[in-house]
Amino acid sequence: MTAHATEIRMLEIGNNRPAVEVWEAGQGSPLIFLHGAGGLMPNDRFFQALAGQFHVHAPLLPGYGDSLGEELLVDMLDATLHTGDVIDALGLDGPTLVGHSMGGMLAAELAALAPNDVGQLALIAPAGLWLDDHPVEDLFAKLPFELPELLFHDTALGEKLLAAGLDLDDPAFLADFLVIRARRLGMAGKLLFPIPDRGLSRRLHRIKAKTLILWGESDRLIKPVYGEAFATAITNSELQLVPEAGHLVTHEKPAIVVDAIAAWFNAS
Amino acid sequence: MKFTWFNLMPWPHLPEDFREQHRSVWVDIPSSLYDPKKGHEVYNTYLDQLEYAESLGFDGIGVNEHHANAYGLMPSPNIMAAALARRTSKAALVVLGNSIALYNPPIRVAEEFAMLDVISGGRLVAGFPVGTSMDTNYAYGQVPALTRDKYVEAHELIRRAWKEDEPFHFNGRFTQLRYANCWPKPIQSPRPPVFIPGGGSVETYDFCIENEYAYSYLSFTGYKRAQVLMDGFWDRVDEMGADKSPYRAGFAQTICVAETDEEAKELYGEHVNYFFNRCLHIYPGYADAPGYRTIKTIKKGALSQFTRASLDTLGKLSWEELVADGHIIAGSPETVVRQMKELITGLKVGNIFCLLHIGNMTNEKTRLSSRLFAEEVMPKLQNMWPEWADDERFWIHPLEDRIKPSVPIAAMGGAD
Repeated sequence: MTAHATEIRMLEIGNNRPAVEVWEAGQGSPLIFLHGAGGLMPNDRFFQALAGQFHVHAPLLPGYGDSLGEELLVDMLDATLHTGDVIDALGLDGPTLVGHSMGGMLAAELAALAPNDVGQLALIAPAGLWLDDHPVEDLFAKLPFELPELLFHDTALGEKLLAAGLDLDDPAFLADFLVIRARRLGMAGKLLFPIPDRGLSRRLHRIKAKTLILWGESDRLIKPVYGEAFATAITNSELQLVPEAGHLVTHEKPAIVVDAIAAWFNAS
Repeated sequence: MKFTWFNLMPWPHLPEDFREQHRSVWVDIPSSLYDPKKGHEVYNTYLDQLEYAESLGFDGIGVNEHHANAYGLMPSPNIMAAALARRTSKAALVVLGNSIALYNPPIRVAEEFAMLDVISGGRLVAGFPVGTSMDTNYAYGQVPALTRDKYVEAHELIRRAWKEDEPFHFNGRFTQLRYANCWPKPIQSPRPPVFIPGGGSVETYDFCIENEYAYSYLSFTGYKRAQVLMDGFWDRVDEMGADKSPYRAGFAQTICVAETDEEAKELYGEHVNYFFNRCLHIYPGYADAPGYRTIKTIKKGALSQFTRASLDTLGKLSWEELVADGHIIAGSPETVVRQMKELITGLKVGNIFCLLHIGNMTNEKTRLSSRLFAEEVMPKLQNMWPEWADDERFWIHPLEDRIKPSVPIAAMGGAD
């Protein structure tokens, strides 16, 4: 994969709130990518794949990277309106939104709250629903060594991707790692803990955007049956399953995911 | 010195192969391992022991709050304290404590603590823990990053509820009450003594010092491992310009007393083993929900004591190693006096929470160890802090003329 030059900048969002870190790369139609609870990885391979076909903007939620001010976001409404403000600040009208996992939940929530403000939507294994017969796994109680199996179809690939740069036996690294993890998942917990249901099911019917729903067939964190639930609730939508991919389908099959998104958006 | 006899109330019937068959004693342990009929005997035996501790001369008797936990069978410590309030007359009722972020609305804590204080004639010590991550986040579903904000707000509401003489409005982020109005109010005015269980969160040091609350370190790893954390507390006391009364601080310690050192090992070894290997078998994924600890605390390196490394180590240590490292204080009265003096002077604490019932210890052994401690150890430790003998700020102030409950009919041999 060719590396696309990534510009990382701080975006002012006004009202005396802290600036937001935004990654930007690629050519083509603009697209906003909202990351999942794990944030963006160093040289994030899904971000890079998106940049191969789109002009992608990826803002980091407060609590992630240099985006500060997570203490100002207490609940789902705060986080959703914050996302809307970031999109305004990017100056993109009727934007194309792609969200993965927690980011998919935020994208769906925004599209439901402000159905006329979102152009096109792609939700990749979004969180936000709860089915009693298919409980979402408890991400917050997992230890680092348990994540590859939870998040990947190919556990060995998961170990390789997730362990890159991790040295938990080094106390200095561990201290930084724990701070980063506490900031990220502390913020994510306001949206996802203890059960990732903040009432989205009551609002999904309001979404007007034409919506692609993508799911890794081997997703063990949020099982593909949730894809059917989203597809049923969102009027103008289609579910596509990606074989041999887990919850991080974005990192396991980036080319397939980006091709599917491009085909969907080009068709609309 | 103030000695509080404390019972965690562990379930004593965990199977031999518990570690192999289950990943955690807490949060997701199946309740099929609990047998209510045996539980009837367990609760009543434990309550009897707390009452016995008063008769032995302990200054306080202590209970605490845990949820979905097989080593702590008191989801409602106030029920236990209520049972004890009517059957005891002198000892402080040390409720350590109510996890105030979990009560909805938290004025419930102001009310129930006031009830306990009134029933007991002013013998309540009120504890306000944040609660462990296992209890608060995993078992009770609180959002980790909001737990401390909720705690702070609940504390403000409770203190105001005790203080105000008229109904007041309370417009919090988590609790809104148009008519906040605490009936009854506590006897101890403006409040009972407050103990704050802490485990190394730096914010808790300041909170205790500012409010004149006693900082209580409830550790399972013993006094030698507690030195750094307690030094951190005393450093803050210095920095904030407060006096160094040892009654600002307390420590929980596992203690086993027998006639000789050898007998202590023989009598109590298996029960200590049960506690460290079965009761403290905790899945480390539940130890610290991300967001539960503040960034400031993580940066100080103060992590949960419930990590896999620390717990696994404890379970593998021999009796001799456990004693040598101070994880347990155990042996003859002379040995225990010596170790207790090290603990008290090393950590500079005036309050000791004595864990004298351990794991699945039988009633007879628990009483033996407790009696030997009360008769042969406590008297030799009473005068450790003579210059602070008159410091009454951190202990109970009961009514002089307290009511004695009338004797029940059954106890007089009457109708059942």
